[in-house]
Amino acid sequence: MKIKAQIGMVLNLDKCIGCHTCSVTCKNTWTNRPGAEYMWFNNVETKPGVGYPKRWEDEEQYHGGWTLNAKGKLQLKAGSKLNKIALGKIFYNEDMPELDNYYEPWTYDYKTLFGKERKHQPVARPVSQITGKRMELTTGPNWDDDLAGSTEYVQQDPNMQKIESDIKKNFEQAFMVYLPRLCEHCLNAPCVASCPSGAMYKRDEDGIVLVDQERCRGWRFCMTGCPYKKVYFNWKTHKAEKCTFCYPRIEEGMPTVCAETCVGRIRYIGAMLYDADRVEEAASTADETKLYEAQLGLFLDPNDPEVVKQALADGISEEMIEAAQKSPIYRMAVKEKIAFPLHPEYRTMPMVWYIPPLSPVMSYFEGRDSIKNPEMIFPGIDQMRVPVEYLANLLTGGNVPAIKQALYKLAMMRLFMRAQTSGHDFDESKLKKVGLTASRAKSLYRLLAIAKYEDRF
Amino acid sequence: MLKSRFFNKVEKFNGTFTQLEEHNRRWEKLYRQRWAHDKVVRTTHGVNCTGSCSWNVYVKQGVITWEHQATDYPSCGANIPGYEPRGCPRGASFSWYEYSPVRIKYPYIRGRLWKMWTAAKKDHENPIDAWASIVEDPVKEKEYKTARGKGGMVRVHRNEALEMISAALLYTIKTYGPDRIAGFTPIPAMSMLSFGSGVRFLSLIGGEVMSFYDWYADLPPASPQVWGEQTDVPESADWYNASYIIMWGSNIPLTRTPDAHFMTEVRYKGTKVVAVSPDYAENVKFADDWMAPEPGTDSGVAQGMTYVILNEFYQQQTVPYFEQYSKQYTDLPFFVDLTTSEANQDHVTAGRFVRISDLTSEKVSNSEWKTVIFDQNSHQFIAPNGTLGQQYDEGKKWNLELTTEDGQAIDPALSVEATGETSQAIIDFPAFSNEGNEVVQRHIPVKTVEFTDGTTHQIATVYDLMLAQYGIKRYEGDELAAKDETDATSAFTPAWQEKRTGVKADLVTQIAREFAQTAIDTNGKCMVIMGGGVNHWFNADMNYRTIINILMLCGCVGVQGGGWAHYVGQEKLRPQEGWANITFANDWEPGGFRQQQGTSWYYFATDQWRYEEMDNQAQYSPVYKGTHRYLNNADYTQMAIRLGWLPSYPEFDRNSLSFTKDYGTTDMQAISKHVVEELKNGKLHFAAEDPDAKQNQPKAFFLWRSNLFASSGKGAEYFMKHLLGAENGLLAKPNNRLKPQDMVWRDGDTTGKLDLVVDMDFRMVSTAMYSDIVLPAATWYEKEDLSSTDMHPFIHPFNKAISPMWESKSDWQHFKLLAKTFSEMAKKYYSEPVYDLKTQPLGHGTPGQVGQPMGAIKDWKKGECEPIPGKTMPSLKLVKRDYTQIYDKFIALGPNIMKTYAYDVQPQYNELKDILGSYDEGINADCPRLDEDKNVAEAILHMSTASNGKLADLAWKKKEARTGEPLEDIGRGHADDVMSFEKITAQPQEAYPTPIGTSAKHGGDRYSAFSLNIERKIPWETLTGREQFYLDHEIFLDFGEGLATFKPSLPPQVMGPADTDIKPADKEVTLRYMTPHGKWNIHTMYYDNLEMLTLFRGGPTVWMSPKDAEKIAVKDNDWVELYNRNGVVTARAVVSHRMPEGSLYMYHAQDNEIYEPLSTITGNRGGSHNAPTQIHVKPTHMVGGYGQLSYGWNYYGPTGNQRDLYANVRKLEKVNWNED
Repeated sequence: MKIKAQIGMVLNLDKCIGCHTCSVTCKNTWTNRPGAEYMWFNNVETKPGVGYPKRWEDEEQYHGGWTLNAKGKLQLKAGSKLNKIALGKIFYNEDMPELDNYYEPWTYDYKTLFGKERKHQPVARPVSQITGKRMELTTGPNWDDDLAGSTEYVQQDPNMQKIESDIKKNFEQAFMVYLPRLCEHCLNAPCVASCPSGAMYKRDEDGIVLVDQERCRGWRFCMTGCPYKKVYFNWKTHKAEKCTFCYPRIEEGMPTVCAETCVGRIRYIGAMLYDADRVEEAASTADETKLYEAQLGLFLDPNDPEVVKQALADGISEEMIEAAQKSPIYRMAVKEKIAFPLHPEYRTMPMVWYIPPLSPVMSYFEGRDSIKNPEMIFPGIDQMRVPVEYLANLLTGGNVPAIKQALYKLAMMRLFMRAQTSGHDFDESKLKKVGLTASRAKSLYRLLAIAKYEDRF
Repeated sequence: MLKSRFFNKVEKFNGTFTQLEEHNRRWEKLYRQRWAHDKVVRTTHGVNCTGSCSWNVYVKQGVITWEHQATDYPSCGANIPGYEPRGCPRGASFSWYEYSPVRIKYPYIRGRLWKMWTAAKKDHENPIDAWASIVEDPVKEKEYKTARGKGGMVRVHRNEALEMISAALLYTIKTYGPDRIAGFTPIPAMSMLSFGSGVRFLSLIGGEVMSFYDWYADLPPASPQVWGEQTDVPESADWYNASYIIMWGSNIPLTRTPDAHFMTEVRYKGTKVVAVSPDYAENVKFADDWMAPEPGTDSGVAQGMTYVILNEFYQQQTVPYFEQYSKQYTDLPFFVDLTTSEANQDHVTAGRFVRISDLTSEKVSNSEWKTVIFDQNSHQFIAPNGTLGQQYDEGKKWNLELTTEDGQAIDPALSVEATGETSQAIIDFPAFSNEGNEVVQRHIPVKTVEFTDGTTHQIATVYDLMLAQYGIKRYEGDELAAKDETDATSAFTPAWQEKRTGVKADLVTQIAREFAQTAIDTNGKCMVIMGGGVNHWFNADMNYRTIINILMLCGCVGVQGGGWAHYVGQEKLRPQEGWANITFANDWEPGGFRQQQGTSWYYFATDQWRYEEMDNQAQYSPVYKGTHRYLNNADYTQMAIRLGWLPSYPEFDRNSLSFTKDYGTTDMQAISKHVVEELKNGKLHFAAEDPDAKQNQPKAFFLWRSNLFASSGKGAEYFMKHLLGAENGLLAKPNNRLKPQDMVWRDGDTTGKLDLVVDMDFRMVSTAMYSDIVLPAATWYEKEDLSSTDMHPFIHPFNKAISPMWESKSDWQHFKLLAKTFSEMAKKYYSEPVYDLKTQPLGHGTPGQVGQPMGAIKDWKKGECEPIPGKTMPSLKLVKRDYTQIYDKFIALGPNIMKTYAYDVQPQYNELKDILGSYDEGINADCPRLDEDKNVAEAILHMSTASNGKLADLAWKKKEARTGEPLEDIGRGHADDVMSFEKITAQPQEAYPTPIGTSAKHGGDRYSAFSLNIERKIPWETLTGREQFYLDHEIFLDFGEGLATFKPSLPPQVMGPADTDIKPADKEVTLRYMTPHGKWNIHTMYYDNLEMLTLFRGGPTVWMSPKDAEKIAVKDNDWVELYNRNGVVTARAVVSHRMPEGSLYMYHAQDNEIYEPLSTITGNRGGSHNAPTQIHVKPTHMVGGYGQLSYGWNYYGPTGNQRDLYANVRKLEKVNWNED
């Protein structure tokens, strides 16, 4: 056992309002400069949709992340080091996302508005920030926001394509989920493994994954290796850049910009202790639906005296251990199992986790008798608009029961709290079925709802 | 020697899969340096988004770098989530503007005008004459007016611009009168000083300022109608006290972004959330149930719910909580006189409220204003305390105690059945439909009584009326009642509404039951968060009143965590008294300001009245006929003006400064007599009767903090044509088939009414482009100001992160400099003091509101009564103005401010002299200084009850004395507190409880509207003193709106019969044209911001359903062109299955200076989102002089609603930019 500490994040998608404040504050703080125009260390996507870059989840196209070879051995999907050298792929990377997969950043000829008198009212038209030439807009970093252009984009969502049952794109069955995304700061980071220059590393003290701006040679294999497409190429500096988990702030005890400025208050930051000696083993789990649980198995109970002892011996600071003990991430991901990693099937062991969303009743379940049966007041998990399979494709490698368990738990907590606030009786034995007690349900409620600044960070 | 790293021995683990990186990490300082900054300044944005979020602006080496939200709001307590971190992506992108290419850096003047001006000044020594030589020359004025909007502005020195403005103003004042000068700036709460700057200037010179809340259709007319209150709502943290929330026409995540979390979080507390929205809107994602009515049919859904509540929770059982609430706090037990139905002579219909004057010949004070209940204890009809009549009884304690004057308990009967002997009548109600209005017949129990005039009347309570309207079965075998909720043939049942709204009856029934049951379980903690989606309609008040009815029936209004929560516009200016006094210059001339009703002003000034296609036939009730009906809404407006219901500036067809000279007297009585005489014999006219006459037109217009011409100019192309004389896309023709009878109709178009348009802004958007003079405004990060909202209880500041850049200045400083130039020019050219005759409508909260009794119209012009100023016509007032003193007054807090408080504020005034310093000599000697922005902020905080606890204490005591109810305890905790600018900069401060609001909450409890009325038994300012289900003014009955009822949206019209012919397209579809608020802009603010444009589609878009797109062969991102008689828009289609078929959204405020191609229909530039809109004024909104239906600025008046519209949509085959 080798204990390492990792800073992680949980985003409660059930609270995400899709406002993109996180993206804007992040961009203004870190990437509003030449060469970085198209970079969004943090972005928010509407699901179902193609995201940014387009269809980033299609690893048949991009070959990001890890795969198991014929021998069941973990290897980069884009090919091994040998592969790069032997096949000369280091000079030609066909899996590399191109600017068009992201978008061509633009601005406008605003100065026209101050210009000479014209025949008609002047307007500002788009101009490329790359070429300086006029352009017509056909795509952008959030082009399919709120199901925009769903006729074109919903079916292209790889998570939709994996669902076997027929989901119609019609008004009556509309559903959507917001997915804010940043670098996953993976335990098994393929970008680090992909870098021919050794410029990428995972910080020993907190697990933050960085690109050394002095060592980077611009090979861009990290861009291919990352299945989340969260490493970018700065076309001015010719270096790769990525989300730094705001380490200059984390080092000062402040949360990341995206987390602090999150208006939906959906983000939690905390520390985790894990066994770094078993990462490869866990990531090599053959069954994709078991990868989520395999990753859970890496995390160590920070309140276990043996773990604490070993952690200290392994050089983890007391502060970090204390942070792990108080960690809201540990509570939600490991203890309550309501938060899940993004696409565990990429075998990256990502460390940005998500609580799946509840959603309204489908129209054909409407008109229930909730006066006689108070439990009918909220949608049943099977009546919700967002298909559970869709969430499982996103968050558990297809493990549907795990998602259902989490949603049952959230729904039961609501029913319990409703009884409390409206003075109705509640059979507390029902809490047990979802792994809760009354006091645990109350404290989970407080963590999710009251969620004061100091509880989130 | 250079060592190859591949042969280094490094620590490996995880098998050999992982190795420890040992390179030095000094490079990491790179991002640490990026993060480093020099200072962080607390400020905010002033954008009427209702957010009022506190922001930290980061500055590095004198450059603004970025902004993050403040997180240090005072806590809401341990059991409610906090307000941090309020904000949204729009606000987070503001810093882009600071150094952006749209920034207005210098003063600009329209090039053509500048050329004429420099030439004219050579010919004329007097600048006023120089101005006259341009604007009175038809060729010259046309030349620069038609160039508006086309570019060609030239940079000038500020003093040159101020000179031209002053010359124009003085010329206009002298020649036409000060009321030909107008200004528009909206929503003071979003930057109070900035709003106040120009209004103070205009109020000192006698110009008028437009209302905005009603103009924006953000004012819910239902609120004054039901509660006699402009608007009062809970702060968003109070959502967290609710157990059931319906989001009804309010897309919380988009439009209440900083507050949305209270809604998402309270779900975990077990609160059920329901969304009512025609599209799968962003808020639907969070709801447990979703009702998707056909757009504009929301009142139908609400009526279906009301049926269930009345039937199951009133008729079939008695819920003690509901019964007690409705008896004490609503008009349900009040009696209404039943008159003969227009539809059937044997049937009755609801008439006016019974007054005590009807029933007793004893002398009772204000008896015509005292409505009547039946007291079950004394078994007699009485006028209970709390009615409007009691409010005007001298020396009486005015409250809602259920006791008589001598302390006997009273018990109001809900139904007439409790009065003893009753009989049954058949009563007719209107049921409206676009297929023809119908008469609904019901049984109703009635009592027959004799009125004091000897006539016999049948009367019943409002409760009886409601049960009858809904067809609640009270007796077995009542064949006129509904069978049950599934009876689709009976009006207003859930099954009936399904046919109109498309929402399943069983869902409506379920939601209604849950809502009422939750209200029983929690004593009313059920809330409806409502907004523009239901309020921006012509019949918005029907939507609102039907929904409010549900809330009142379930005892939710005035309950913590319950009631309505209407959020449309940043309406809550907390430090009100100090602000209002400074803004309207009451500190020098109390009441000397002119507060114009925006909608009616634009209606006439932009000539939209000439294009009316809507006669009111479909709006009238089939069961009641009023005595004064007009086909044309312009005639209704004329009636409202002459009866003193609405203000109207410009006032008369002559200069308001001329009367004292002409009559040779300054005696008010003598002047009144002359005016009345001249009005009667037709020598004097209201200017509005002939708004196109040259002398009646507005001449100069100030705009600041607004982008009127795009953002809120409903009927934008009418503005372009008639007000500005600019190129436009108007396709409508004046409708001479529907001429108003009381107005002068001039053949031919009157264009370019305004001689001078002055704008202050920091960005070049359409209003700046169409103005003649543009002054560079300081941004929100470059000045001091104040901000507050109804969404949260805090007052917090704007601060300078950096000094104003280039030649920009704060609005206060700009108007101060203008006042100086103006006063100096006046000293030279217009030095004598003058008397300004000012008209004023019968105001809400003034004796004018008991001017016109019984809700009956008496028109002096028709000889039905005498014109009596202040009673049957507008009141008159003489205001002395000295144009040489404007500057001296502007920069000092005048001593007359002390006269405006009902308690002694001399100590506070004196304190301000010490805090701000005062002047040594002149007319402002010994007056506190208002020359710097910060001083003004300080004075506002010091002179307001919400920010000076001492004043709040005095105000509570005053109210306590008036009502006899203990209230002083509410403010006690803050009696020694006072806010300062420094204090609110250190941390946002929670406003102190004050009687200017209606919340009784204190001691850390959340602000809860009307809890003062409920908990402390303070009457509402309505006719009955209660919340009113029923309105009995003649016009309301005429329009079938005595009780709230479903009224469909206006029938589809794209082009009028005589409008411009349009070349047909192969494929075209007619869709509802709606402009809900969008995600990437707040009005036009941020719409031009590169970050926001990047995060969606970078230009104008319209959202439509796949089915509609298919009909016209349009694919996602294709350019389309949409038009109706009002104008044309070009935009790209966003095709999405979250849109219902038949409706199109063009999200609000897409200005047309970004990426907007030419129209193939007009050949001109496509318009803004407002191009296809027009004004539809509603006569019920004009009623005045009658209790809560009395004019107040932004309180009551016709709304600029813009939802009842349709447009034809076609593919834009050829995208043409035509940039020469």
